[in-house]
Amino acid sequence: MLNSEFVRILHVDLGTGESSVKDRPDLFHEALGGTGVASRLLGELVHDDKDPLDPAQPIIFATGPLTTIFPVVTKTAATFRSPLTGEYGESHAGGHFASSLRYAGYDALAVTGAAKRLVYLVIDGDKVEIRAADAMRAMDTIETGRVIRDLVEGAGHRSIIRIGPAGERGIRYANVNVDTFRHFGRLGLGAVLGSKNLKAIAVVGQKQFDLPADSRAYKKVYAEVYDRVLHTDAMKKYHDLGTPANILPLNELGALPAYNVRQGYFGEAEEISGEAFAEGELITKRACAGCQIGCIHVALYRRPFAPGWEYESTMVAYDHELVYAVGSLLGVGNRPEILRLIEEIDRAGMDIISCGTALAWATEAMERGVIEPRQLRDIDLRWGDAERYSHAVAAIVRGDSEVGKWLGQGEVAAARHFGAPEYVAAVGGQGIAGYWTGYAHVLGHLLGARHSHLDNAGYDIDQKLDPYTDEAIVDRIIADEAERIVQTCTAICLFARRVYDLETISQALGSVGVERSAVALRAMGERIYWDRVRLRERLGFRARLEDLPRRFFETPTPRGQLEPERMGRLLDIYQQRRQAAPE
Amino acid sequence: MAKILTAPRIARCIGCDSCMLACARMIYSSFSPHKSAIQIRSRGGVMGRMAAHICTSCTEPAPCVEACPTDALTLRVGGRGMTYRKAECISCHKCVEACPVQVIGWDKEENKPIVCIFCGQCARFCPHDCLELAEAEVG
Repeated sequence: MLNSEFVRILHVDLGTGESSVKDRPDLFHEALGGTGVASRLLGELVHDDKDPLDPAQPIIFATGPLTTIFPVVTKTAATFRSPLTGEYGESHAGGHFASSLRYAGYDALAVTGAAKRLVYLVIDGDKVEIRAADAMRAMDTIETGRVIRDLVEGAGHRSIIRIGPAGERGIRYANVNVDTFRHFGRLGLGAVLGSKNLKAIAVVGQKQFDLPADSRAYKKVYAEVYDRVLHTDAMKKYHDLGTPANILPLNELGALPAYNVRQGYFGEAEEISGEAFAEGELITKRACAGCQIGCIHVALYRRPFAPGWEYESTMVAYDHELVYAVGSLLGVGNRPEILRLIEEIDRAGMDIISCGTALAWATEAMERGVIEPRQLRDIDLRWGDAERYSHAVAAIVRGDSEVGKWLGQGEVAAARHFGAPEYVAAVGGQGIAGYWTGYAHVLGHLLGARHSHLDNAGYDIDQKLDPYTDEAIVDRIIADEAERIVQTCTAICLFARRVYDLETISQALGSVGVERSAVALRAMGERIYWDRVRLRERLGFRARLEDLPRRFFETPTPRGQLEPERMGRLLDIYQQRRQAAPE
Repeated sequence: MAKILTAPRIARCIGCDSCMLACARMIYSSFSPHKSAIQIRSRGGVMGRMAAHICTSCTEPAPCVEACPTDALTLRVGGRGMTYRKAECISCHKCVEACPVQVIGWDKEENKPIVCIFCGQCARFCPHDCLELAEAEVG
């Protein structure tokens, strides 16, 4: 809490309709906020023996001590039991959610229980209200946002997070839309909201928090960080072309996954590059609350709908991962078609990476005759055919065909059911991010707490580590994740990781009265790293060589073709580090 | 000639809240962005266009100055915008009601209006140069 050394948690039980507030100094001292607090609270509230979609399971959201009051500190960490993997679930989102929660007077929000009918939750400072959302049943994410904007006051100081039909119907990788252009994307938080009959959460934040009596240090550190954010190269790439700046360099390296990771390059990469989108479709950029970078690249998706020069247009945000997932991975090399798929999956409320990896597996499985069009409402999936993919997206949401239903469980479950697990583009039950760089990328996904490329940036380790030895790979994966935990506990956007080194985080905290040395922060990161490892083991985590698909050992990377023997050695080294970890 | 605040390049706005946070931080000693004399809003959500709710520096007679029963709000030299003296303010709320564009906020804790003092901190912390503090053109 600003100006106080505790974490203020709002707990809402949708089953009883009751809410309560608790202040926890212990959580603040041990974990500050964000990832640390969210994983601790999940550990306290999660039921190891219950299904991820059981009403008793909790959802936790946590912000951090620097949220909004320093540049680019924009994230909320959400934790839950993942309906996609069955394991530990953690997902981060920007937008206005963290800022609104902070100024509503809370550092964390815990939701448990299930409502009897579809509802939305309104948190306006001390007022907590559960309202009927029957009128929003099966409504898409964009329209749901529009309706609630008209029902809840506080424009400019509020956030609306919501699910689409996919979340209501329990698609295992349903996401949560945050203020239109951001998401709690991965691991199926949308399905968890759906299982609670919770369509949306609107938070209005207009509480007053005074600066410290002597605010000179705070203003000085703020101005220094502001200067580094805007006037150095630390974040330039995120503002200029945005994350799709990666498409061409990765393709050149042979590290851009295409055609369900059958190859590491895409023939039409030029056409779908960040440069091509910027020149052809980019119309504006948007930012999360308190971020001066504005990495959200918004395209105009304009298409004719009738003869006579009749056009309709919508605004669609694009990112590297999305362009990969419904572009190169599916062989779609046309920008408007990519925007179409992004928009349709987003409105349905699904994680676009996971939807892309599911469709990629299905395309290959259909090509090989493992599944047939008649099992997917007669849709004959073909690489590059966006029209058919569009129909398939709708079929997944409806779940009224055998393949459609199984694809809604994720490609790993579908592949197991139909008997073709060797070519899923997934690690640990979740589709991979848009890189095909080498061992560290696969290992990073496998060992990362949330099976995310952002846990440890294995793709970056692959590109830079020298010498590229077994020990160095494993140790970098662990050390990077521990350092990133400090940033995610303070809720800093990882795009600002080069601005916020531990020394800068220490100074920023100190300027608002929270004394933590860089050394203490590093120790905190390492402690939470192993705590989180133990929590995910409680929830069923395994790291086994045999769970990696054969495909990963067939498609060459810039580090050569991956060998199972070497991957096995890397896992053994990790197990040694795990055995030696402090309890 | 007194300087006035305008948002001539608001079409470049990314909605980052940096200006509001700057006004709150530098002028109102607050962490909270609602305590700011500039308020950024999106029209129709973030898919809509961004708008800056700022004092438009009414030409004489400025309605807020006219409505003020004390000398808390007085017209600036040059006839655009006003000067605010907190010590003279009796918290009557009349300026808020009088503002024709409804951009005078209310500080509930202090029980005083939130009015622009034309200092330019918001413009200084705008990453896209949307805002401008400059001498008004005559006319």
